[in-house]
Amino acid sequence: MTSDIVVTDRLTKRYGEHAAVDAVSLTVRAGEVYGFLGPNGAGKTTTLRMLTGLVRPTSGTATLFGCAPGDGAVAARTGVLIEGPGFFPYLSGRDNLRVLSRCRRLQDDAVESALHRVGLRHRGHDRFRTYSLGMKQRLGVAAALLGEPDLLILDEPTNGLDPAGMAEMRELIVELADSGHSVMLSSHMLSEVQEICDRVGVISRGELIAQSTVAELRGGTSLLVRADPRERAAAVLAELLGRDVVDTVGDALAVAVSPELAPKVARVLVDAGIDLYELSRRERSLEDVFFAMTSDSNPGDRTASNEPRRMS
Amino acid sequence: MNAVIAGTRAELLRLRKWPSMWVLLAAWIVLNLVFVYLFNYITFKTGGTTDMASSAPPDVLLAQMLPSAVPQVFTQGMAMFGGALMLILGALTIGSGYGWGTWKTVFTQGPSRSAALAGTLLALLTVVIGLVLTVAAVDVGVATVIAAVESEPANLPAASAMLKALASGMLILAMWTAAGVLVGALARGPALSVGLGLVWVLVVENLLRGVAAVLDTVSVVTDFLPGTAAGSLAGSLRDFGGDTTPGVLNILDGSTSVLVLAAYVAAFAAGTIWLVRRRDVN
Repeated sequence: MTSDIVVTDRLTKRYGEHAAVDAVSLTVRAGEVYGFLGPNGAGKTTTLRMLTGLVRPTSGTATLFGCAPGDGAVAARTGVLIEGPGFFPYLSGRDNLRVLSRCRRLQDDAVESALHRVGLRHRGHDRFRTYSLGMKQRLGVAAALLGEPDLLILDEPTNGLDPAGMAEMRELIVELADSGHSVMLSSHMLSEVQEICDRVGVISRGELIAQSTVAELRGGTSLLVRADPRERAAAVLAELLGRDVVDTVGDALAVAVSPELAPKVARVLVDAGIDLYELSRRERSLEDVFFAMTSDSNPGDRTASNEPRRMS
Repeated sequence: MNAVIAGTRAELLRLRKWPSMWVLLAAWIVLNLVFVYLFNYITFKTGGTTDMASSAPPDVLLAQMLPSAVPQVFTQGMAMFGGALMLILGALTIGSGYGWGTWKTVFTQGPSRSAALAGTLLALLTVVIGLVLTVAAVDVGVATVIAAVESEPANLPAASAMLKALASGMLILAMWTAAGVLVGALARGPALSVGLGLVWVLVVENLLRGVAAVLDTVSVVTDFLPGTAAGSLAGSLRDFGGDTTPGVLNILDGSTSVLVLAAYVAAFAAGTIWLVRRRDVN
């Protein structure tokens, strides 16, 4: 059984004439890792700021655990890292967390636990200003973990981390999800999102243009055919499988059929006297899907309405 | 209320470890000693005059430096440089949080913005109280040494006079600190808020009082400016002859000054909370 813990309904933020976030309706379910994707300036951070009560929406509503953003009870159940960590530069990492734990009315051992979880315990006494970008980011995540919140809202949590740090962060997020936490994260690392997220929302120019499971968004598998002459191969396959399933991808053909049809495809091409150079299973990455969705230059072409493309 | 106490504890922790705050407080104490005791003592010993020392006769100068005079003299510097330094502290406390992004972090921890800001204001009030008590103790100590060196009686001031002076000092500095907090919230950054605050304290108010000396109608406003009220309260504690310290005024009487200053403290604090609550945090 799932329940929606974050729900937005036509959430909108306008700055003058410009709609930074335009009628976004999304849901995050309990226990899932939700990836929030979009190009720079698409409205991800503004949406997350509205969800944490830092920014007031122009119109529309958002609820977390059934309450309005910024509500004390909601904030106590939510850990937040928005657009880079904000800490006192002259304080040590440990003291920065102690300040926040006092705000949350937690014991100091919560600080040690959070530092330990992000691997900063041995550097906890160093001043924040001396931290590397990656360490600052990890301290930001540690702050979000204070008090073991039910929901983590993380804006680009792997920003500035080295590959090992990214892998650790991924493990941490998966571990948190496994232990019952819900995570909503925005990221530019599409491979990372593909790996750890259950569902994703894609935002572009302020509009939510898709919301679905990662698997559904990537779509089914297809066959990649590299043959010569290509045009004749395309005609043969279109006659065999239908015109709609054959598409040109660079110097090859993408055939949207089950990989089980590979022997049949090979046979018909060879029988037709076409030279077959490559026949492979093709799976769209989330990155392919993302770029296809967000590369439209004309906003009016993307969606006819504000309803996102729902695949689940 | 618990959220306010939690916010106060959090803010005190970070203020206690903030080098900038200690620099400002130390500067205050040093300036106080220099202007209240050092210049006057040099003038007294050399028999000369300086712009910063009172032109009072030597016996009056010495009387100002004795322990019994501490209630009258230790608020003198508060009206000018003390107020400016505390305004800087208030402005930096709020304004820097926008630059560092710490308000964004604090406002997502659970306590409401009002509670978090009330905690900050209470923490700053604690600093003000601590500073005033420290300055009073330092002044009594220095005055006792001067009395011993000059073979004068080292009688401590009357408790009632000392309490009145302490309360007045706290009110003056609380007002300037709250003013700095409001300017910091308005400017949402440390540099602009400090600059604007100092221009107001050191330039604008003096210019306006200058205009009021020529145009009576302007005095309706200038008589109730923050600096006028602070200077008047400091002036009301003083009964020595001779020139007053710059910034120390005799425009309002003591009780009116107290009322005006209390109104400013309340208005600045409420204005800050109102402003921060209604604005987005980016």
